[in-house]
Amino acid sequence: MIALLIRDLKLAFRSGGGFGLGLAFFLLVAVLVPLGVGPQGGTLARIAPGILWIGALLACLLSLDRIFALDFEDGTLEILIPSPLPLEGAVAVKALAHWLTTGLPLAVAAPVLAVLLHLPASGLPWLVASLAIGTPALSMIGAFGAALTVGVKRGGLLLSLLVLPLYVPSLIFGAEVVRRGAEGMAVGTPLAFLAAITLGSAASLPFAAAAALRMSLRQG
Amino acid sequence: MLRVIDLACARGGVPVLESVAFTLAPGEALVLRGPNGIGKTTLLRTVAGLQVPLAGRIEAKPDRIAYAAHADGIKATLSVAENLGFWAAVHGQSDIGPAVAAMNLSALVNRPAANLSAGQKRRLGLARLMVTGRPVWVLDEPTVSLDLASVALFGRAVAAHLAGGGSALIATHIDLGIEARVLDLTPFRARPPGQGGIATAFDGGFGDDAAGAFL
Repeated sequence: MIALLIRDLKLAFRSGGGFGLGLAFFLLVAVLVPLGVGPQGGTLARIAPGILWIGALLACLLSLDRIFALDFEDGTLEILIPSPLPLEGAVAVKALAHWLTTGLPLAVAAPVLAVLLHLPASGLPWLVASLAIGTPALSMIGAFGAALTVGVKRGGLLLSLLVLPLYVPSLIFGAEVVRRGAEGMAVGTPLAFLAAITLGSAASLPFAAAAALRMSLRQG
Repeated sequence: MLRVIDLACARGGVPVLESVAFTLAPGEALVLRGPNGIGKTTLLRTVAGLQVPLAGRIEAKPDRIAYAAHADGIKATLSVAENLGFWAAVHGQSDIGPAVAAMNLSALVNRPAANLSAGQKRRLGLARLMVTGRPVWVLDEPTVSLDLASVALFGRAVAAHLAGGGSALIATHIDLGIEARVLDLTPFRARPPGQGGIATAFDGGFGDDAAGAFL
């Protein structure tokens, strides 16, 4: 398991691995929105939580198909299935690697970019917290979608259509945490829902994704 | 070590083989032959547990089989040693030295796999079998893109594996220079459902006159 995690991280960081793609996209969104919306601080501050969360969500989506597609093409998945590693565990580890290279950097970079959007300082800790707690669900749900579409050539569009509706609850509660935090209200309820979505998907989706992978690889 | 009983398997919903039966004892190799499309790959995938049989049974502990197909699962940006080390770690092994030596990869261990030739990649893929520590090798066309010297090298590696009590099930068209029984799959070609073959979910939907159905 640890070997798989290390390998996936290595692959992500080496050339052509795709690390930084999500982060760069997130950066572009946060830089371009103020230019598009205009410099009125009030407007920006009001839409900042939503924009930041939408940016993070789309940045996650960008690299989802890499989770399994590359391993499918070069035969790694076919070798992993008969290997002693439980496929459910392998799926969970690959989702974790995806989060470490996408979701975590987003959470770390978000406060800096939030300043560009005039997000009040009181909202910054909650922005980091909501992204740190919410984005693991995005990676896990994404891994499930990627497992379903792994055998489909150019399955990116299908993957997005499958996954985006499942991302909606995380988006709603995540942005709500930031909005309430910025306005100084209690954030407990949406934060609890956000954490519940992450825990629920981490507990159940590895099994669904492993089953989907086995189906995708079966040629009979 | 491996016993296949009355096995039928399908590819893409179409039965390709039926009534296949063989056993594989420790120290024994079985070479599968047959024309293209007869179902060698499908049979090997079924034995390896990648797909479910239509009928029949495979008696083998699933944790004893090491499967190698056309794609070797090699990551281009990792070095030869890193590629092998990963698979060794997955199988709970740590020493990749003997596998590197057996497949003559010593000079290449630190080279990124992207820079290997097709034959060198294939040797790396076959070296992976040795770091699994598993006794039953299920090999699909293992000698593709190998030169004569490498084929001989691989033949010796299989012979050493057999001598160590392992066994091998190999689909190949060339002579590996090992003692092996040969199983020709031609007589096991699946019959059409109308002649006593296995009916699949497909057949009910289109009726028996598949040839005339779309005319």
